[in-house]
Amino acid sequence: MTDNSKKIPRTKPRFSATFDPFTISEIQRAAATGIYDIRGAGTKRKLPHFDDLLFLGASISRYPLEGYRERCDTDVVLGTRFARKPIRLKTPVTIAGMSFGALSAQAKEALGRGASAVGTSTTTGDGGMTPEERGHSSILVYQYLPSRYGMNPDDLRRADAIEVVVGQGAKPGGGGMLLGQKISSRVAKMRDLPEGIDQRSACRHPDWTGPDDLEIKIEELREITNWEKPIYLKIGASRPYYDVSLAVKAGADVVVLDGMQGGTAATQEVFIEHVGLPILSAIRSAVQALQDLGMHRKVQLIVSGGIRSGADMAKALALGADAVAIGTAALVALGDQSPDLAEEYARLGTVPGAYDDWQDGRDPAGITTQDPELAARLDPVLGGRRIANYLSVMTMEAQAIARACGKSHLHNLEPEDMVALTMEAAAMTRIPLAGTEWYPGKGSF
Amino acid sequence: MSNMQEIDLAECTLRDANSQLQGEDVTGAWVIRNPRGRHALAVGLTAPVDVLVDGQAGYYAAGMNQRANVTINGNAGPGVAENMMSGRVHVSGNASMAAGATGHGGLLVIDGDAGARCGISMKGIDIVVRGSVGHMSAFMAQSGTLVVCGEAGEALGDSLYEAKLFVRGDVKSLGADCEEKEMTPQDLAHLQSLLDRAGITEYPADSFRLYGSARRLYHFHVDNAAAY
Repeated sequence: MTDNSKKIPRTKPRFSATFDPFTISEIQRAAATGIYDIRGAGTKRKLPHFDDLLFLGASISRYPLEGYRERCDTDVVLGTRFARKPIRLKTPVTIAGMSFGALSAQAKEALGRGASAVGTSTTTGDGGMTPEERGHSSILVYQYLPSRYGMNPDDLRRADAIEVVVGQGAKPGGGGMLLGQKISSRVAKMRDLPEGIDQRSACRHPDWTGPDDLEIKIEELREITNWEKPIYLKIGASRPYYDVSLAVKAGADVVVLDGMQGGTAATQEVFIEHVGLPILSAIRSAVQALQDLGMHRKVQLIVSGGIRSGADMAKALALGADAVAIGTAALVALGDQSPDLAEEYARLGTVPGAYDDWQDGRDPAGITTQDPELAARLDPVLGGRRIANYLSVMTMEAQAIARACGKSHLHNLEPEDMVALTMEAAAMTRIPLAGTEWYPGKGSF
Repeated sequence: MSNMQEIDLAECTLRDANSQLQGEDVTGAWVIRNPRGRHALAVGLTAPVDVLVDGQAGYYAAGMNQRANVTINGNAGPGVAENMMSGRVHVSGNASMAAGATGHGGLLVIDGDAGARCGISMKGIDIVVRGSVGHMSAFMAQSGTLVVCGEAGEALGDSLYEAKLFVRGDVKSLGADCEEKEMTPQDLAHLQSLLDRAGITEYPADSFRLYGSARRLYHFHVDNAAAY
């Protein structure tokens, strides 16, 4: 008998698809701490997204425009329904609402500088308006949130538009949580809270409870601001057809629709990953609601949540949006996830590209922090330049695509310019599957 | 009354009415006739003027008031004096829900009762209610003072921060993290000052009880999960 035991091949360790390493680590963490995981950023799961759409470009049946020679305009006017002073943006990409508190003052200033340089707007967040932000933002949208932290009528009148926040894509139906380590004395004073406590932001507005009340609330805001400011309504994508319909009914000038890829400063992981809709699945329903009410292009639609490039912007516009907003991408442009910070990320137990502890205030990039030393790392002038560069690139990318489709304005892009690569994307957008004229729900294949 | 400048809502629009009252250069005393429950009356005022709303007001009357002295000679709808910054708002009748919500300053006096969530999320405003308040009053109240001469409904002061709540009558129940506090001489003096400013003389300050935050929920902890 010979011993063949050394010759028997061993099977490799096999990880479960259900109990994958991340899931196991989360169970272990939960068992050790007794508390759910809170983190920043948006969903990390693979979702149907703009990558599942392609533009067709022009050929014999469509006539392209010459790059660098023939105009492709990018301007957009927001708030034309009721506001006496609508907002005019040179490019249809804006900076989404992010609070001073969640972000450092330097980051807020940089966002304002960058947006202003390219003629677009930036947005306040929970906690109110800082003088730096107002001073460096040529067009500033003032968020009116359930917490009303820092809310005052002088700032309301100083703003260029008002965004009534009903929800956000990362946590539709959820309130906020800013952990104590980010409640510096300045943040605490602005919010009228004790310094260093874990601060909760309410999930519902304190003085209205439904669309009929909301209509009256909007009337009050208009009366206080002489009917000058466009009133935006921001909703997290969950039931976009009905929510957009009710937003129009309530009197919104602009609807902001935020998908679940949109970031948050601090929310439960389980909430971020399991509540809401991917933005791709929400746009067509929102546009349909506006069209059914005869309000498409009269009430403008801004979409956000996972917008990364001019291609994403062009696809959102082609689906019927009037503009897009970026948050996470803007933070990356500022320096978040930089490989230069790899050693510091390692000390925080993470790597560039995966850092999401925006809630704990130890951001080595100086963006999602209130630590003076960390925040000082971010040069707001240089950061503003990076934001301006990035916004310019996005605009040029969208123009390149639009010209290839023969469009002299980004808003002339339309669903017929695109095909879907997957059945899911075709079903969600009603864009035909590539190589066919069919999408799920449309007659025979 | 003869020296009052008059606005008749039977004859003009809400925009016309409010625009006459808004702005730093507005002076004197004004009366709004025929308010008929109209919403957003006398909102966004910034000058130290006297305004009498002669009748019932709808939602958000005197909202975001700054420096003005607004009297509502009747009942007020939801959100009266919401987010008030300064000045004084006086309701001679009852007020609906969310009276004084998120107010940062000034004094709100309600001669009758106030509905649910009176003083919700208040941030420095002082509210004096001669009657009773509904459930969830002073929910997430951050700072300022709520004085209730009558009774308080369920879950008073739920998730309270640093606001002080003085109640003379019964409290149906306290909300999460709200507890009765010992009244200090400073608290008594503060309460007496508010009663005086509200013109309430029939209730002695020492007949009230003080409620405030136990501060157990200031930092999220799993042991308190049942309270969230």
